[in-house]
Amino acid sequence: MNYDISKEPIVIQEVIDKVVNRNAGAVTTFIGTVREMTKGKKTLFLIYEAYKPMAIKKLEQIGSEIKERWPDAETAITHRVGKLEITDIAVVIAVSTPHRNDAYEANRYAIERIKEIVPIWKKEHWEDGETWVGNQLETVPYPKGKPEEVDIDD
Amino acid sequence: MINVLLFAQLKDELGKEALSIEGNGMSVAQLKGKMKIEFQLEGLETVMTAVNEEFADDETILSDGDTVAFIPPVSGG
Repeated sequence: MNYDISKEPIVIQEVIDKVVNRNAGAVTTFIGTVREMTKGKKTLFLIYEAYKPMAIKKLEQIGSEIKERWPDAETAITHRVGKLEITDIAVVIAVSTPHRNDAYEANRYAIERIKEIVPIWKKEHWEDGETWVGNQLETVPYPKGKPEEVDIDD
Repeated sequence: MINVLLFAQLKDELGKEALSIEGNGMSVAQLKGKMKIEFQLEGLETVMTAVNEEFADDETILSDGDTVAFIPPVSGG
């Protein structure tokens, strides 16, 4: 299973092993980790929550989108849920391709899409309170109730 | 009945993560309106909606047994 939501710590090598193959000349990994300071504010820990069955479907969709753009790419993504401490790994994305440029580009594409369409939320716990990220900022309104088509296809 | 799933701030606001509500034949927009009135749930206008695990727009018509998830702006990664 190349796409997973995990309550357990992510083993980076296991994600990489899913995309290693004889046609690959490059494997890129993106490792998202929990940052302590955000705009001068100190994070104590994070809680990640997912709508698991849909999140896995959307990760699979990202893999399909990558296949359309980079037909020789193999992708694997595991996202963690639950309580994460500072420096813990939240997400690992591995992409293999025959040549390095595609591996970098496809991996970048995957993380950007995760931030758009995969139903996973993080709750920041600070010294002085807690907030679901995306909540009060309201920087991503969806007036039609879902991402615009151009959003999905682009 | 429609199965409604709530996440993140919506779950915190309502104090539960799932509920059943009459909504056969309603559109997603109508269901949002009903939830707003019955539960004083704010902010439904700015969330995405998934019906049976796929994004759906406000005009989508619901049937008994559907699972509707309200998806606040996501923040994975």
